[in-house]
Amino acid sequence: MKYIDEYRDGRLAKDIARQIAALADPARSYHFMEFCGGHTHAISRYGLEDLLPANVRMIHGPGCPVCVLPIGRIDAAIALAMRPEITLCTYGDLMRVPGSNGSSLLKAKAAGADIRMVYSTLDALRIAEAELEREAVFFAIGFETTTPPTALALKAAIAKGLGNFSIFCNHVLTPAAIQNILESPDVRKLGTIKIDGFVGPAHVSTVIGTEPYEFFAGEFQKPVVVAGFEPLDVIQAILMLVRQVNDGRHEVENQYIRAVTALGNEKAQAEVANFFELRESFEWRGLGEVPYGALRLRPQYVAYDAETRFSMVTPAAKDNPACECGAILRGVKKPADCKLFGTVCTPDTPMGSCMVSSEGACAAHWTYGRFREKARQVDVGRAVA
Amino acid sequence: MCLAIPVQVKEVLPDNMAKVTLDGVSKIVSTALIDDVRPGDYLLLHVGYALAKIDPEEAERTLALIREAAAMGDAA
Ligand code: SF4
Repeated sequence: MKYIDEYRDGRLAKDIARQIAALADPARSYHFMEFCGGHTHAISRYGLEDLLPANVRMIHGPGCPVCVLPIGRIDAAIALAMRPEITLCTYGDLMRVPGSNGSSLLKAKAAGADIRMVYSTLDALRIAEAELEREAVFFAIGFETTTPPTALALKAAIAKGLGNFSIFCNHVLTPAAIQNILESPDVRKLGTIKIDGFVGPAHVSTVIGTEPYEFFAGEFQKPVVVAGFEPLDVIQAILMLVRQVNDGRHEVENQYIRAVTALGNEKAQAEVANFFELRESFEWRGLGEVPYGALRLRPQYVAYDAETRFSMVTPAAKDNPACECGAILRGVKKPADCKLFGTVCTPDTPMGSCMVSSEGACAAHWTYGRFREKARQVDVGRAVA
Repeated sequence: MCLAIPVQVKEVLPDNMAKVTLDGVSKIVSTALIDDVRPGDYLLLHVGYALAKIDPEEAERTLALIREAAAMGDAA
């Protein structure tokens, strides 16, 4: 496929890895956090970690919106969906996310709740239009990539005078989370993560551009390289980060120039700004309350805000105490450090959110990690031969 | 969740919609977030909406840089 296959050439990836090994100073270590679940997935799937020298390590960050959604919001969505007048429209990723006491949207659907999986907000609008006697609520989730489609759906609903369409808004913001990782008191207390630079999100950045990252590069003196999701994109970004660290630079660089500009998609930003405003604080699973880390509808659209319209409450809900998702999302622990990994918790029976989405660190490690171990042995064998 | 995929525009439709193909499968998507969409363009598609255009020249430039870095690694 054009613009995909040419960025998956394994031979080139190995050659770049050799260049990284040649440039990485053996006297120091390099720890880079990939913020985005798309990168976590690519790194696991293509075994990129095994190509890197031992002193260049990747830390899997919190960048999967499904993984950071707190359990209380799932519970609130389930409670809403159980009401007889409601049709809850949701992206498929959310169906199996565990709520409290082993509940999930999938189980609520089996129990009779009207929950429809949609591919796009356009589908949710169609459902609202076709069933005017019911209340269609769109379970909106996602980073800056997924917010413009929600804004456009709202715009269309208003234009069409659809009074039975509303939004349960859970949109979150990338820069706030990166900042939280760098300066939250919890993370400082844990004190175990050393981050020398960030691989910045690809598709989020098509919308927000590279400019929002300038702040960290300056304020926290961390290099950021915005990178695409194909394996060659990721490995080239790691090379760019190693070069920056070696030179003592902390700049924002753009590896994904084929789709990302400095200012991003201003049309999309304007649509989002028309309908949404910042929440002072929003709970992220694993990161706790993130100041200005999420969006809500502007007060003039309160009629379309499901939380107000249906007096939704978000119960305080606790994760399974044995689940290490919180530490994993902060980059403090690895999936294999969790006692439940691969025994009680698998993609078929996820206990925590990191196992649900294929972009979660636990799911990525479960799906590809075990093969990676084998592949590494074979590879080492070949290198020796 | 935030993944977008490259698709090629086959036909520009009214109301900011377009017919695109992905590996031979065609789909109708919204192009309301993108200006000047033309047949033949490559777009990044995410949950039914095109988020950005893929710039063919910049794509070539990235591949050239990757090949250059790889050649240096090959020699290393
Ligand atoms: S393996 Fe399962 S229970 Fe353990 S941290 Fe990952 S998602 Fe949570």
